[in-house]
Order: sequence, then structure tokens, then C-alpha cells
Amino acid sequence: MLKTADGVTEAGHVCFDNVQKSYDGETLVVKNLNLDIARGEFLTMLGPSGSGKTTCLMMLAGFESATFGEIRLDGQRIDNVAPHKRGIGMVFQNYALFPHMTVAENLAFPLRVRKMGQADVEKRVQRALDMVELSEFGSRMPAQLSGGQQQRVAVARALVFEPQLVLMDEPLGALDKNLREQMQYEIKHIHEQLGVTVVYVTHDQTEALTMSNRIAVFNDGKVQQLASPPDLYERPENAFVAAFIGENNKLMGKVEAIDGDTCKVVLDNGDKVTALKVNVDAVGDRTTLSLRPERVVIAPEGSADLDNVFEAEVRELIYLGDHIRTRVKVCGNDEFIVKVPNSSHSPDLARGAKVRIGWITQDCRALDA
Amino acid sequence: MALPSYATRGERIWYYTFRVICGLIFFFLIAPIIIMVPLSFNAQPYFTFSREMLTFNPDGYSLRWYEDLFTSQSWLRSIQNSFIIGIASTLLATTLGTLAALGLSRPHMPYRGLIMGILISPMIVPLIISAAGMFFFFSSVGLAQTFPGVILAHTALGTPFVVITVTATLVGFDHSLTRAASNLGASPTYAFFKITMPLILPGVISGALFAFITSFDEIVIVLFVAGVEQRTIPREMWSGIREQISPTILAVATILVALSIALLTTIELLRRRSERIRGMTAQ
Ligand SMILES: Nc1ncnc2c1ncn2[C@@H]1O[C@H](COP(=O)(O)OP(=O)(O)OP(=O)(O)O)[C@@H](O)[C@H]1O
Ligand SMILES: [Mg+2]
Repeated sequence: MLKTADGVTEAGHVCFDNVQKSYDGETLVVKNLNLDIARGEFLTMLGPSGSGKTTCLMMLAGFESATFGEIRLDGQRIDNVAPHKRGIGMVFQNYALFPHMTVAENLAFPLRVRKMGQADVEKRVQRALDMVELSEFGSRMPAQLSGGQQQRVAVARALVFEPQLVLMDEPLGALDKNLREQMQYEIKHIHEQLGVTVVYVTHDQTEALTMSNRIAVFNDGKVQQLASPPDLYERPENAFVAAFIGENNKLMGKVEAIDGDTCKVVLDNGDKVTALKVNVDAVGDRTTLSLRPERVVIAPEGSADLDNVFEAEVRELIYLGDHIRTRVKVCGNDEFIVKVPNSSHSPDLARGAKVRIGWITQDCRALDA
Repeated sequence: MALPSYATRGERIWYYTFRVICGLIFFFLIAPIIIMVPLSFNAQPYFTFSREMLTFNPDGYSLRWYEDLFTSQSWLRSIQNSFIIGIASTLLATTLGTLAALGLSRPHMPYRGLIMGILISPMIVPLIISAAGMFFFFSSVGLAQTFPGVILAHTALGTPFVVITVTATLVGFDHSLTRAASNLGASPTYAFFKITMPLILPGVISGALFAFITSFDEIVIVLFVAGVEQRTIPREMWSGIREQISPTILAVATILVALSIALLTTIELLRRRSERIRGMTAQ
């Protein structure tokens, strides 16, 4: 349930309520999914392979049924509605264009099913083709299109009958990097233009971060965190999310003292760090400290404003143009990455050099072990 | 497969021997069929080439056996029967076989192998055994010596072909297409006729053609199950050879060969078309 301004709860556009799914009656592929998706939202399900993303989408589209719990669309249960009566658009991973029909016939299909008049059909098909910039391609067969063009036809077909909700299952998986970026932009653009609700599945985190209003990170059939892209990257709530999204330095330790919203942690090698208390409960708990490489400063001079400063040894330098990826050994961890900006202020480092590195408490998050 | 320049003497010899053997096998298979065609134009009532024929004298040739065929009451009746039985059993076999293939191709079909085995058993079980079985069974249920009886028997023979060809077409069938159709609002029936059917149609048609040919030249079951009223072309030819020894059957055979070639060509063209539609070959 979403809270509106006056505090009244109102059903979102799509609502997963305690949904569980098991294919074999033994193992749960989706464990207790609760998700409220607002109207017009672009929500991405992100997670490693086998985490249950497609299964969730299939339950929403009606090709699989939930073992337990209910799914609601506009507050109405859809469990008992046949897939072809749900009016949900879907872009399949392999596009699923009808190979024996031209592009225009593909787009007209959902309209003809709805018994729309010929003139209307033609108008809408043309508009949909214009939208995906394929105006000239209506009479081609799908096999005569490039991958990117087929993908755009699939998007157009999912939108042409003006559904309120569109599902996309890794629609860009088969495209090369450049085309993928261009299509991300186009899909995002169409979403903003039409204001439809989009549920998008991907396992590409960059794609998720650039396109979504909110991201649901899936792992092991559970939503690990549901947050906006900046929140997800900057404020991961558990060790899985921190490691899955972006690059992340991990330090393992034990909570020694808790002081309001910060805590003191003794690392496994004995070093002491102050960190933001995020996902630890009590003194004595094991914890994983998470620290983004770009938030670590090298050789701080007036290091007074840094709460944590340690001696580190440079192990490896990788030149990447705009920054130098520096692997150091610090606090007993020799996989610790620091991104040193390539600027005139940055120190010249050499392999084996000893440097001081540091970070502020706010950037170091104490998460579950 | 041209002979490479580094081939040894032995390889060269084998290369030519191999071609000769292939040619002989081919000749062995095709000669009896080819030989019938000119013989069916024989002006004499014999099954051998007359001197006129060998010297390409026009007098040696005539259309009298074709005339005979199309004026004989019993031949005409058998042609009619063959088409009635062939078409009816083809329609039945095609419908049943297609439905069976669709069901068997579902991802979670239990006992798939067993059911498939039962469905195609008429193709594997010796025909004489099927025929004898059907004879006893049909006699006891009153289907012996009736059109429905022969049609049902031929349906059982034709169904395996349809099941096999349609199943083969469905191997490459992308089931997300039916999901997509359903997602776009099509009811299962609408999706079947607009999406599934057009895509598997080549398989259905070639299965139907095989079923038709099977029924058309079937004799064993007809001997057992059919009565005088249901005499088909092969049955008429059989008595023709045994009883009245007339080259009319050569005319019939020639027509049947032409018909078979036409049907097989259709099958091949359909197969190519289906490959093209499914984008398996570059255009
Ligand atoms: N039809 C099915 N029958 C049985 N198990 C299935 C079926 N479909 C999926 N599974 C299982 O359910 C789990 C989740 O699958 P799902 O397809 O939802 O993963 P996913 O998150 O979409 O992964 P990917 O990123 O690889 O597409 C997997 O362990 C998979 O093996
Ligand atoms: Mg998937």
C-alpha cells in the first residue's frame, strides 16, 4: 500500500502481496514477494540469473500462477483472469515477433483482436511505427530487420494497444553495447512520453541504474532492497546489494560499540574503524563494512576531517585515463580498490609504495555479515 | 565432390566404382517404374515391347488402355472409391494427428514417449497383422465391408505420418509466439488459427499428403476389410493382374506415378517455403 499525502492508503497500480511460487512443490523460487508499483513508474527487477525475476513477470502476465498470495492490478485480483484478458503489454526476451506477418501486421494484431476498425488500425500502426522510427519498414518481414529494429518493433507492438502496464524481460539482452545504450535511451523516452507503468527485468546493473525510477534487487527469490538508483548505490542496506551494485570494498569485522547511528568495528586484523550503523543490531555482531572505491581518499594531507586513516601498500596500478585504479593492501585486505582521479593534485604512486588512505564515517556502512 | 589432385590410384578407382554402383542402384530402383510408362501406350494387349514400339513406329503406340480405363464401369468406380476413402481418411488423420502432435509437443506432457509410440505403431506393426486385427474387430462391431470401416482403418495408417511431420515442424516452433499472441489479447482459439496454424501448415500439409498416398495405394487392409462396394484402385489392379491380364493396369500405374510425383513435388516446395518463412535460409 502506498501512503498518499493525507495518510490514506491507496492501492498502487500493481501489487504483489505475499506472493510465493514453487514449480515443483518443494523449493520456493519466489519467497514472499511484496511489491507495490505506482502508476507511471519505471520499476526494474535486477538480480543474478535464477533469482526469480522472469517468474515474477510471468505471474504478472498470467503464464504462471502464484502458489500462494495474490497479485492485484488496480486493486483487483488478477489471479483468476486469463492472460489474454489482462491487457498487459509485454516485450519478450527473444522479441517473439510473428515471423509470417509483416511488421505492420504484427503491430495490427492486438488491434484486430480488439475488433478495431480498419482506418483506426492503420492510423495507430503508423503512429506506433513513427514512435520507434521505423515508418518505412511496415511492409518488411521480421526476418528482414536487424536485431535492434526487431527489438523496436517488439516495443511498438507491446504499446500499440495502449496498455496501462508494460512488462519487458531483458529486452536488450541480445544487442551489442552501443545499440543497447541507444535503445535504453529510447525506451526511457517512450516511457516518459506515454506515462505507462513499466516493469523491466535485467541483470545489467548499469541499465537498471540509468533507466529506473526504482530498482528491486532480487536474490534467492527475495527482494533484497527496493530503492531509487542513487539510494541503492549510495545507501545499500545489506552486503548482497552493496556487492551486486557497483564496485565495493569489503572489510570484515565485529561490532565493538554502538553510539547512536555510528558504531565502532574491530576488523579481523585488529584495526578499528568507525562506520555508519546500517544493518547491525547489537555489540558483538559480525559485520561487513562496505566502502565505495571513489569515496576513499589517498594520502590525505590535512587528514583531520577524515575519521579513518590507515597505512596502505600499493599493489597494482591500472591506468584508465580519467582515473587510476589502484589496488592496495589495507587492514589485512589486499583486494582493496581506490580510484585515484587523474588530476594534477593526485600523487604519483608506484607499486610497493606506502601511502596513507582514509575515509569519512558516513561513507563506510556497517552491513550484515 | 570432385576428385582431389592428390588422390592415389586406389582412390581414383574407388571414386569411379562408387559412382557406377550408385548408378546401378538408382537404375534398379527406378527401372520398373519407368518401364511401365511406355508399355502403357502399347497398341497390343501384351506386357512386352512390340517390334513397332522398339522402332518408334507410331502404329505401335495407342491410348486404348487409357480409353479402356475411363470407360470401364469397375475402374471408374474404384477410382471414385479411392478418392472418397483417401480424402475422408486424410481429413480425419490430419485433424487427429495435428492435435496429437500439438499435445505431445507441450513442455510438460507426461508419458510423451509411450503415447507417441502407440500413435505411430500402425507404421511399425506389420500391415498384415493390423489388417487381420482390424478384420476381426470390425466384423464384430459391424464395420467390416463398409466405407466407414475402410476409412477408419486408413485413418489409423495415415495418422502416424501427420504426427511425425507436424511434430518435426513443432521442434523449431517458438512457444513464446503463442504466449505473445495471448498477451496481445488473442484467445487460445484465435491464437491457434492465426499464429500456430499458419506456421505449422507446411508440416500439416505434407503429413496430409503422406496420409493420402498411404491410403491411395493401400491394398492389404482393403483386401481384409473392404467389400465389393469399397474396391479401390489397388484392389482393382490386383484383380486385374490375376484375372483379366490387361495393360489397363499399366495405364493406371502411369497415372498413379504421375500423381505421386506431383504430390512429392508439392511436399518439397512446401518444405522450402516453410524454411523461408521461418528465416532458416537466406533469401
Ligand atoms: N518452468 C519451470 N519449471 C521449473 N523450474 C523453473 C521453471 N522456470 C524457472 N524455473 C526455476 O526457477 C528459478 C528462477 O527462474 P527465473 O527464470 O525466474 O530466473 P531469472 O531471475 O529470470 O533468471 P535469468 O536472469 O537467468 O533469466 C530458477 O532456479 C529456475 O531453474
Ligand atoms: Mg529470466
